[in-house]
Amino acid sequence: MTSKIRIAVRCVAGVLAYLASSIATASVVTVQNYEYPISDRFVATVVGTPVEYEAKLPSIPFEQRSIDIFPDRKTPDVFFYGKELLYSVALQDHESPLIFLIAGTGASHEGSKNRNMAKAFYQAGFHVVSTSSPTFNNFVTAASYTGVVGDAKKDAEDIYRVFEKIWAELEQDIEVSTFNVTGYSLGGFNAAYVAKLDETRQSFNFENVLLINPPVSIYNSISLLDRMINNIPGGMDNFDKFFDNLMRAYINVYKESSDAIGDDFLYKAYKALNLKDEQLAALIGVSFRLSSASLIFTSDVVVDFGFIKPKGLILNRYSNLTQYNEVANRIGFTDYYHEFFYPFYKQTEPDATRDEFIAAISLEEIEDYLRDTEKITVMHNADDIILQPGEIEFFADVFGTRATIYPTGGHCGNMSYSDNVAHMVAVFTGGGAP
Amino acid sequence: MMLQRVRRTVIAALILTLAACASYPPQKPASDYPEPIFPAKRILPPGHDDQMSVYDPWEGMNKHIYNFNYHFDKAIFLPVVQGYETVVPDFARTGIHNFFKNFDDMLSAVNSLLQLAPTKAAQSTGRVLVNSTVGLFGLLDVASLWGIPRPMEDFGQTMGRWGVGQGPYLVLPFLGPSNLRDGIGKLPDFYVRSMIQDEVLSDDVRIASTVAWPVDTRANTSFRYYETGSAFEYRMVRWLYSTKRRLDVEQ
Repeated sequence: MTSKIRIAVRCVAGVLAYLASSIATASVVTVQNYEYPISDRFVATVVGTPVEYEAKLPSIPFEQRSIDIFPDRKTPDVFFYGKELLYSVALQDHESPLIFLIAGTGASHEGSKNRNMAKAFYQAGFHVVSTSSPTFNNFVTAASYTGVVGDAKKDAEDIYRVFEKIWAELEQDIEVSTFNVTGYSLGGFNAAYVAKLDETRQSFNFENVLLINPPVSIYNSISLLDRMINNIPGGMDNFDKFFDNLMRAYINVYKESSDAIGDDFLYKAYKALNLKDEQLAALIGVSFRLSSASLIFTSDVVVDFGFIKPKGLILNRYSNLTQYNEVANRIGFTDYYHEFFYPFYKQTEPDATRDEFIAAISLEEIEDYLRDTEKITVMHNADDIILQPGEIEFFADVFGTRATIYPTGGHCGNMSYSDNVAHMVAVFTGGGAP
Repeated sequence: MMLQRVRRTVIAALILTLAACASYPPQKPASDYPEPIFPAKRILPPGHDDQMSVYDPWEGMNKHIYNFNYHFDKAIFLPVVQGYETVVPDFARTGIHNFFKNFDDMLSAVNSLLQLAPTKAAQSTGRVLVNSTVGLFGLLDVASLWGIPRPMEDFGQTMGRWGVGQGPYLVLPFLGPSNLRDGIGKLPDFYVRSMIQDEVLSDDVRIASTVAWPVDTRANTSFRYYETGSAFEYRMVRWLYSTKRRLDVEQ
């Protein structure tokens, strides 16, 4: 009971702080007295929020479902399990606002960040519909119209179609007062384009939209992430040694903490391992590379482009994929844009130049819309590692008081910190942008 | 009767999955197709090692069993688990899980002894003593509350301790990723476990345990086949499993 009161007090305090600070400052909302405990941006990105600083959230009825987006589509046998799109829901039993969640690069509908947001919004009285990132293997096979993801507008259309089809299924069972959408990282970027698409399609007429730690330019951000892998001593060829050392240390910590792989495990592990920034950057780079390798291969198989798999060769669920995996692990996401994405779409848009393609996958492309649209708000961190120097200014400039920039948190590291959770919820319950 | 039907369904499913492989037309080797934009021979440095290689001479069979496990999960195992989670309340499920963990601790104690690892043996034994008494026959995990570490040692690790290598990677029906050594190690573990259970449990509880144990185990295993989101899941899981087991033995 007392913890509930404490949460309530924190929420109210969060709303008040949020409103007060946004009235007080003329331009961007800067956050004062922010007590998120990790000041190193790489540590924050990898470790997240130590458990005693996390918002206390209840367990919720978070249920996995699946939906056939393209019933006529034949899925390649090697991805036979990817015919239907997986998503999850937590539904109220009375009329409530609904919020769609879009996961970040390579992340699933039930990844820890989406799960955590689902808890916060469900507790605040929302129906929650959680979807994977368009870059997630299952989304590519089941819900991408072209099979080649990474285009701002086309991804938004895919996501919008998914939302519409899911809503068509839920419509009979639940009553909804308003529709809302949020996403983190690439999912935040996607949410902006989805909001814009909704202006013309009007299936949802979103009430509020929140972008959490979005990139400004996808190309800039993936260039940064691609380069992080160079922090592995000896490069990708020493990937296993690097990973082995890390695993070894990790298991040491794991053994010592008995079987309590608690929420605080990463933080404990980090403290015990005493990792340097370069190692953390390498870890982020590896994690990103594993996602991008999977995505690139999936798209290559789905459209039979002949990128790393020979064109025409048909793989099945029992095929040996070792060689493709090894190659994909050594290809950057930028290579994908130049040698796959660009030539693929060039076939249908022969007049567009390479630079135009890259410029189009940026929030700057829809800057005017973002500048004028009051329902869109931003939550970001001044030390986010996926932004090039100066890019954070874009949010202050374009969103003004609708952008809140936290001084620390790295890339999404503070998303489960109690103040941030209270803020997130307040955006949708407190009447949105002030 | 019921068990028989389940067994028959399972065998039928196994045969069906195994038969399915026959339906793929033979393929020309990859070298007969035009070279892709990023061919392996250009991207991979000459004489490089496969970074994630694991000895897997039975890959074909393993992938079929992997596929079978997915279908078994989907058709039978996970629906049963879901029913269990709906019908049995939270606290009872925790109690049941602790109850089985207590037997795991007994096996850890035995294996720690066989490994001549006195600290682990003492910890596991201490846990069993505390949890079997204060913890009401293992239903409460008091030992963890008291901060007694929980070593997890099985016969596969015991063999590893005495120099037996992992052998070929092996995906076990129903149980999932393993290797020849660990797969064989499950037999003595299972035997000792049954002996202990015959000794300490009444017939009713023993029979109930036989049904509840696999369900409890699956309910507490978050792994879902083909849901990691990696296009290279089989390889990734194989490598992670082998690496983890290697380090488990080393520690």
